[in-house]
Formats: sequence, structure tokens, C-alpha cells
Amino acid sequence: MRTWAQAFGCRLTQVNSAWNTAAYYGSCAVTRWMTDPMFETLRLFALSRLQAVEAWFDGMFGARCNPWRHLGALGFLLFWIVVATGVYLYAVLDTSVEGVYQSIEQLAREQWYLGGLIRSLHRYASDAFMAVMLLHVVKELIYGRFHGFRWFSWISGIPLLWLALFAGIVGFWLVWDQLAQFSAIASMEWLDWLGMFAEPLVRNFLRAESVNDRFFSLLVFLHIGLPLLLLLGLWIHIQRVARPDTRTAPALTWGTLLALLALSLSLPVQSMAPADLAIAPRELPVDWFYLAPNALMYQWSPAVLWFVAGAVTLLLVTLPWMPRRKPQPVAQVDPANCNGCGRCYVDCPYSAVTMRERTDSRKYARIAVVDGDLCASCGICAGSCPSSTPFRSIAELVSGIDMPQLPIGQLRSRLKCSIARLKGEVKIVVFGCDRAADVRTLQRPDTAALSLMCSGQLPPAFVEYALRQGADGVMVTGCSECDCAYRLGNTWTHERLLREREPHLRRTVASTELRVLWAGSRDQALVSTELDTFRDELDKRKRGELPPHERGRIYA
Amino acid sequence: MSGGESMHDAFASKILRPAGQVVLYGAFAAFIGVFSAWPRYHQLRDDQALIKLSFTHPGQLKSDCRRRTPEELAKLAPNMRAPMECARERSPVDVELALDGQVIARRVVPPSGLSKDGASTVYERFVVRAGDHELAVKLSDSVRVTGFNYTKEQRVRLDPGRILIVDFNAEKGGILIQ
Repeated sequence: MRTWAQAFGCRLTQVNSAWNTAAYYGSCAVTRWMTDPMFETLRLFALSRLQAVEAWFDGMFGARCNPWRHLGALGFLLFWIVVATGVYLYAVLDTSVEGVYQSIEQLAREQWYLGGLIRSLHRYASDAFMAVMLLHVVKELIYGRFHGFRWFSWISGIPLLWLALFAGIVGFWLVWDQLAQFSAIASMEWLDWLGMFAEPLVRNFLRAESVNDRFFSLLVFLHIGLPLLLLLGLWIHIQRVARPDTRTAPALTWGTLLALLALSLSLPVQSMAPADLAIAPRELPVDWFYLAPNALMYQWSPAVLWFVAGAVTLLLVTLPWMPRRKPQPVAQVDPANCNGCGRCYVDCPYSAVTMRERTDSRKYARIAVVDGDLCASCGICAGSCPSSTPFRSIAELVSGIDMPQLPIGQLRSRLKCSIARLKGEVKIVVFGCDRAADVRTLQRPDTAALSLMCSGQLPPAFVEYALRQGADGVMVTGCSECDCAYRLGNTWTHERLLREREPHLRRTVASTELRVLWAGSRDQALVSTELDTFRDELDKRKRGELPPHERGRIYA
Repeated sequence: MSGGESMHDAFASKILRPAGQVVLYGAFAAFIGVFSAWPRYHQLRDDQALIKLSFTHPGQLKSDCRRRTPEELAKLAPNMRAPMECARERSPVDVELALDGQVIARRVVPPSGLSKDGASTVYERFVVRAGDHELAVKLSDSVRVTGFNYTKEQRVRLDPGRILIVDFNAEKGGILIQ
């Protein structure tokens, strides 16, 4: 061990020792922090603030165009803007040491209306990309979306932050002005602290003659190669989610693009003076989205910056394995009732269901198979299964795919009993979602409330079943639009009730007998008010003040 | 629903929401624009300059070659019986930097490599007051020499923001101040 340490130098030993110590104390601290109720209290407080902001933006933009609800898709949009503008810049870039600065400067001055605009757009879209990525991480952290089946998306997202940072920093060097000089030297000094290189990298920037054309060819290679790696990483990042949200709504696309264009026109990006390795620029317009580590290194020290960067990365990497609530049982397939239709496979938001060839004697070709590691325990698959209909006459209702903690058969029994106990002129059944407004508070002698794991768990036939069992109306509620805790549950239920998706609600149910309201956990009062309105309308219909079964609005 | 509420809704959807969106997109653009160049970072004060001490230089061999004794040769395998034994380990490079008579750095830089036979490498930056200074650099690259075998003193003028390089190249006369 001693020989090894001597061989690789004292510095490496220090790094190793510091890293091991940091990792040990870091993981201890993180474990304590995560298991501390204080952390959960803080997280929930941050969550309530974030949800308030999201709800306010919903009112302003609508859920489909709310940037807070589509940060991932917004990131993709900004990435493509950066790529498109980068292609143009690459075409005019002269990669010689004499020409690199001039080529960009000429473009920005002589062709400000196109080249200059594209350069500014490239820079600002890159800045926005980093900002959106960081917001995306913070949002998922606050929502607690890093545990269990989400670990893959979380972990695969961490290298993307580093790749984006490196790709952006290299882009700044390509201009080769004083800011590029500052960043290049600071970055090399930071890397040299690791003591991995035989000769300090920063010696390549001691004198002007040390920098040659090959350096800029290397930068171009890196500035194209790193974003390609980033794109590959993004593709991997979304592999475990079905129908990933990678495309923004047209209004959000145009709004973002116009905002960046307006910024580019009003505040065009300009280079500093050309790099001069004999002069240290005193005041620098540092781009804090990418070059903050460069400035912070001089404020702190290379060691402290490495420690902070390592600690943050370590914290992010260890989060999925921190203690948490006991995971819920996952979906189970009942081969005797699965006809291999594939609806659960299509509807699963996390690609946890696959279709395999049947090996038993049943006549169906395929059977659903659940991967427990990917299953979110949302029950959306049970809601999509055609065998989940409560009208089946078998003694014990068993669905082809179901949730052990709330099987469809049990849901039917509870619904039947709840309706039998209802008293009053107008009897209403409310189906809700555990992750949205709490419907259990709506329970009254004339109102039965059943909370599901997700609104997507509700087979539409249960609406008709409730009406046939004696309910006068059914209300369905779940997470706000574009805010389903399981991504697609409310969307699928919405489409099923509109008869646009299988299994759909039968036409025997009048639209006036059904009320649907998408409301988050903050909208408790809204759900209560809507229920009162619905009750009044049903009452008036019963008393003949409103025509029965009138085709009216389905959704509140 | 009353007529007043309808007008209010229409006003909200046709005027307030689009106006609010413009304001929020503008705020987003302003956020990006501002932090892409502000606050400015001050690397050096107006009256400061930089001295960078940096070189890559292999120190001299720590010991001379010596002739092996017949007994030592006999202990070696026949094909390994070279008459001379030359140690590969190099001396650390000892360097001292003084500004206006004040030593601002004294470093003993060990040789690199598994057998300590590589170059000694150093890079360090010193922020100093701009102006005229008396710079003295001393360097020793052999443990067999007492004191420093290279010295250079030079009066330098450091303009604000100027970077002065202190390098070493034995073939170009030793200590280089540029």
C-alpha cells in the first residue's frame, strides 16, 4: 500500500483520503438528513410552495403550456435550438489560432441580423438549457421522485448535468477572447489540482505560442462530441418512461423561441478583446450558468470546489437508496383472466408491462408480464383491463391484471356496500385519487367516496355500475391536468370517459349523470364546491326543474 | 352565470392572460440575459498583477554511476553483469522566489515517476501589487550542490493586469523571466 501511494504521488493519496473521508461522512450525514423528519417537513413545505407556483402558472398559461409542468420537454426544445444554431456557427468558424476570434467577430458585426442573432440565440438557449435542467432536478427532488422504480431516470440524469456543463464551457473557449482565456486557464488549474497529468495542462496557456490551430480543432471535436454524448444520455434518460414528454406544446415552443429572440436582439452577445496570455483580464462578464465553477475556484480553492462538486454529485447519486416508506405491492397478472389484449402494456406509464408468448393451454397468443422493479404500483393497468368490468357474473371478480392492495373485486364490493348505505334524496358516488384532493372528506350520508391509488385505476364500467346500483350521479376526480403523480393516469381516464380510449364509458351513461374534475391536493375546496353544484343539479333534475339526462358538460 | 362574470372571464382570457404571459416570458428572458453576464467577476484589482511560477525540469541524477565490485558482479546473473551501476533517481528541484527582498515562495518539487526519474513540475500563481519590483529567483536542481546553482535577479515593471512568467530551461540559460 505504501509503495502504491508513493508511486502515484502524495497528491493522489491526499485526494483519495479526502474523497473517502468525504464519502463516509457525506453518506452518514445524508442518511441522517434523509431520515430526519425535519427533511421531510422541509420537503413538504417546498412542495406546497412549488405547487402554488405551478397552480398560478396554470392559471396564466394553461396546464399544457405551463413551463413548470414541462421542464423536461422545454429542455429538449432548448437543446434542439442550440443544435440548430450551432450548425450555422460551425459553418463559418475558422479553427485557426489567428482566425477563430475574427471569424466569430466578423459574423457578429457584419451579419448581425442573421449570424449575430444566431450566435446570441445559441448562447442564450444554452444558458436557458442549463437553467431548465437545474430546475428540473430541483423540482423532481422536491416531489421526491427519485426512489424505487424511478432510480434509473434519476441516476441517468446526473451525468447529463456534467456533460452539459463541459460542453458549454468548451463552447466559450471557441471564441478565444479574454473570457475564454480566463475560463480555459481556470479550468486547467482546476483539473491540474488532481495531479493526474505528467505536466500541468495549464502550461499550454502560459505563452501565446503554446496555443496552436490543433487546439481549436480539438475544441470543435469536443464541442460536437460532448453534445452528441449528451443526446445519447438524454435518450437513455427517458428509456424507462412510456410516451416521454419531449415535445412542448406549440404555444410554449413559440413563446420560448420569441423570448430568446427578443433577448438576442435587445442584448446581443459580444466578445471581449482577443485573448492575450500576457494580460490577465481584471473584470469579466462571467456567464454564471456555465462559468460559475471557474470564478468559484478562485474564490474558494480548487480543493474546495472539487469537494463541493463531488459532494453534490455523491448526494444526488445516493438519494435513490436513502431510507423511505415501505414500497407498495406491485401489479399482478392472473393468467386465467388475461386474454393478452395488450391494453395494460400500452397504458403503463413506466413500461413495466410487457407482452410475452403464452406457454399454457389457453387459446390466447400472448400474456402480460409485470416487471416488479419498474412497476409504480399505480393501478393504471387494472383500469385498462377489459376483464375489470364489475358486470361480470362470476362469483369472485378477478381481473387479468390487478393490484393486491386494492383488487377490482374488492373495489366492487366496497362500492356496492357504500351505495347500499347511502341515504337521502340525491345519492352520489365520488371516485378520487390518493395523490390528489382527498375525497374521503366529502363522505356524507348521501355521498359515498372511494379513493383509488390513481384515477387511472378506475375502469369506466364502474361509473355505469354505480348508477345501476342506485346512485343518481357519479363524480370522478384526480390530479390536475398535466400533473398526474403517475404521469398518464388522469389523461387515460379523461379519454376513457370521453369514449376516445378503450375501455370506454358506454353511451348508456348520460353526460349529466357524470361530473369530472381534475384537481390537485391543493384544490380541496374546489372539489367540495363542484360536488355541491353537482348535487344541486341532480336534485333539480329529480324534481323536474331541469330536464333529465340532458346532454351537457361532462367536465367542470 | 351572470353577465358580469362573463365579461370578467373574457377580460381575463383575452387581455390579462396574454399580457401576463408576455410579462412572464419577458421575466424569463431577463433572468437569462442578466445572469449570462452579471454580476461581473473581478479576477484582479486595478492595482494588481500576476506572477506565474511554472517549469518542467528534470533534476540532476541524485548520485553518480559507480563501478560494481567483483563480489557484487558475481551475485548477479551472468547476463546482468554490467560493470557500472547507475541510479535513476533524480534530485528534487528547489526553487525560491523573492519579490523586493521578501521570499514569497519556496518550493521543493519532487521528481515524478515510479522510480522518481521524471521531471519536477510546478505551476503556481501569485497575485502581487502592480508597479516596479526587484525579482530574485533561485533554483537548485541537484542535491549534490550546496545552495542554489541557478540564480537570477531582475528589476521588473508589472503593469496592472500584466502576467509575468518565471520559467526554467537549462538549454536556454536557466531561469527565464518573461
